[in-house]
Amino acid sequence: MQIDLRTVSIKPLRNTFDHLARRFGDKPASRYQEGSYDIQADANLQYRPTWEPEHELHDPGRTRIVMADWYAFKDPRQFYYGTYTLTRARQQESAESNFDFVDSRCLLGQLAEEDRQLALDVLMPLRHAAWGANMNNTGICADGYGTLITQPCMFAAMDNLGVAQYLTRVGLALGDTDALVAGREAWMNDDAWQPLRRLVENTLVTRDWFELLVAQNFVSDGLLYPLVYEQFVDTKLNGRGGAGVSMMCAFMTEWHGEMRKWSDAVIKVAAKESDANRALLSEWTRTWRDRCAEALAPVADRAFGDEAAAILDTVTQSFNDRAAKLGLDL
Amino acid sequence: MDMSVKKKLGLKEKYALMTRDLGWEPSYEKHEDVFPLIHYEGLKIHDWDKWEDPFRLTMDSYWKYQAEKERKLYAIIDAYNQNNGHLNVTDARYINAMKIFLSAVPSLEYNAHRGFARLGRHMAGVGPQVACQMQAIDELRHAQTQIHAISNYNRFYNGIHDWKHMNDRLWYLSVPKSFFEDACTCGPFEYIIAISFSFEYVLTNLVFVPFVSGAAYNGDMGTMTFGFSAQSDEARHMTLGLEVIKFMLEQDPDNLPIVQKWIDKWTWRGVRLLTIVAMMMDYMLPKRVMSWKEAWEIYFEENGMSLFKDLARYGIKVPDCVEQIKKEKHHISHQAWTTFYAAAPMTNFHTWLPNEDELDWLSEKYPETFDTYYRPRFEFFREQAEKGERFVNPNLPQLCQVCQIPMLFTEPDEPTQIAYRQVEHGGEKYHFCSDHCQHIFEDEPEKYVEAWLPVHQIMQGNCFAEGDDPTAPDFDPIASVLKYWHIVPGKDNGDFAGSEDEKNFAQWRGMATSNQ
Repeated sequence: MQIDLRTVSIKPLRNTFDHLARRFGDKPASRYQEGSYDIQADANLQYRPTWEPEHELHDPGRTRIVMADWYAFKDPRQFYYGTYTLTRARQQESAESNFDFVDSRCLLGQLAEEDRQLALDVLMPLRHAAWGANMNNTGICADGYGTLITQPCMFAAMDNLGVAQYLTRVGLALGDTDALVAGREAWMNDDAWQPLRRLVENTLVTRDWFELLVAQNFVSDGLLYPLVYEQFVDTKLNGRGGAGVSMMCAFMTEWHGEMRKWSDAVIKVAAKESDANRALLSEWTRTWRDRCAEALAPVADRAFGDEAAAILDTVTQSFNDRAAKLGLDL
Repeated sequence: MDMSVKKKLGLKEKYALMTRDLGWEPSYEKHEDVFPLIHYEGLKIHDWDKWEDPFRLTMDSYWKYQAEKERKLYAIIDAYNQNNGHLNVTDARYINAMKIFLSAVPSLEYNAHRGFARLGRHMAGVGPQVACQMQAIDELRHAQTQIHAISNYNRFYNGIHDWKHMNDRLWYLSVPKSFFEDACTCGPFEYIIAISFSFEYVLTNLVFVPFVSGAAYNGDMGTMTFGFSAQSDEARHMTLGLEVIKFMLEQDPDNLPIVQKWIDKWTWRGVRLLTIVAMMMDYMLPKRVMSWKEAWEIYFEENGMSLFKDLARYGIKVPDCVEQIKKEKHHISHQAWTTFYAAAPMTNFHTWLPNEDELDWLSEKYPETFDTYYRPRFEFFREQAEKGERFVNPNLPQLCQVCQIPMLFTEPDEPTQIAYRQVEHGGEKYHFCSDHCQHIFEDEPEKYVEAWLPVHQIMQGNCFAEGDDPTAPDFDPIASVLKYWHIVPGKDNGDFAGSEDEKNFAQWRGMATSNQ
């Protein structure tokens, strides 16, 4: 039997704020809606930025993408600060128990020396790539237009930093500070890593923030995460006694799966808006995909040896299919 | 397995591996293309590695601690709302302070969020970048939790139903808006002095104590809980403010005059902005926490001054404006409230005259000025109101070109004389409330001539409701401006006495506390 507890009930004058009622009708709004829609200043902006006088402080003209309503980019995860941190805290708790489990069961001992070294060789330079991603997403949050698209980039930036920090822990678990030093050395000087470093540095000077979003979150992550975490860590290493590494990288796999839903939604909405957007997104995706696949080739060689070309091809093909489903014409 | 004994890492060393070790010196792109914003202000930074991390928080701990805080905060907000907690506030006049808060503050937090994101990208060292990024995401938290904590008031009371629309348009809200947009349009180093040092470090207690203690004193558990929850973030932000200033000053002696100029400017800008807080403390909280004057003495003259003493070894001096503020602390809250009282038809909250008890409290707290200058004014307003001629100022006020506050402040040494300053620039006349605002203008006139001053905009015809025809014979300009602001006359504005808010609150409280 259900008994309803009683509270004094008074009838509110209105259900929500007017700007939400104009969008969604006069009904109670979700916390995602209250905390996100329309909250960036968009009228009567004071002063031109001294750092970029050709634009207003918040200006839709910082990208070539054109939207009638920049609040069309609803986040399928509906992350605002609260739901974002709660989700990540849960993931962190499970990551922490993974690290403990790996440590207490000495799981890394099952890895042959050459595979341990291989894991370090492939993963450690990626700490720096993750930091590049962090800077890019932080910059997109600063330059972007409308909270619905800027706030997920701030969250992504913090996630990128989290990934770099998990990788640091992986390095310390698999090796020592020397492993981090070697990873940095490879990132700076090893021929195999220079194309990727060049690519990351190119993104750091990409000024159109939507292009940067495409290059970083859609294309680069869209190739690198499946290649490294699905194919290398979870498939190759896992098959050779590397379950421990796989567990320590569980956050990255799970995170990428979640981020895909968001970046797919962004691309789909922007492409659907107009043919001009679709053409631009297709062009950006094509260009960055080719550069990124090229940059990842030597990394794939190191990770997969003879199978590298086939695996990179599979990953690229599946990325192409994903882009096509979103309406892009590659 | 590798059996060699691993090096034991200290906390500092480990944190360095988790942050600054991630960065690298670019070689495929030029440093100045990757970090294009760090030179144009003239600040000299020689070694970004000298940055001392003001706090050491990795993302795993950040998520964990912040999620714990969010969980508690929202549990309390939910309980407060479900329980009609708004009916437990001291009296419904209090809610008008929350209307000002929602209209003004989340937009400030939001701009701080975006501003710190810019610094998180453009500072050229991982240490300061990470610190700025954490503040960027924290500020988003503050904007969102404030909206969520106050949103329930909007369901039951008038005035904040379109707060964001009003924030971009309403006359008095251009004061906070222009303050933060001014900071965000500065270069990264001035921004961080403005916000992290002047605002967060020197002035933050003067915002926090009134609002959060005010909420606690007046039974507003939702807002109080938000405030307490934000306070641990603020503690981090304050340590960032202090580290920033030390870092800049230690990097190069040439930085001192630039930093000093920014401290002077932003201390003044910040204190002018706090005028509205002063008014809230002295007039809007039914249960007072302390007077503005007392708060200024404790949090600035005592605590703030000891901070400046610490910075003296770098050559930093107490800003000149402090002398003027010491004089003004006896006046500004009264001047602001009388201005808002007289502008009652043009605001989105209710005003009222202080009752006898409140007048006595003000006399006691302001022995040097209240009875001489301000009590007679309120007595006059009361007589007028009793005669049915409620005092209203029918004119649009002249605004200061810099702080955008109406010309309501008096000469520092002559409390019966309104202070006016005027400067000609490019063939136009510009007006200021004070020497300090005038100097800020003179230092950067190109920036401040761009100010969007609401009164000027109204006069130029830029603030009429869409579709209204100013040439029509029955055109009512004030009605049209109110419509442009989305203010509903008679509901959102005017006297508290007789308002819908007053009636509803009394009726609902009656329902909740009796069997009628």
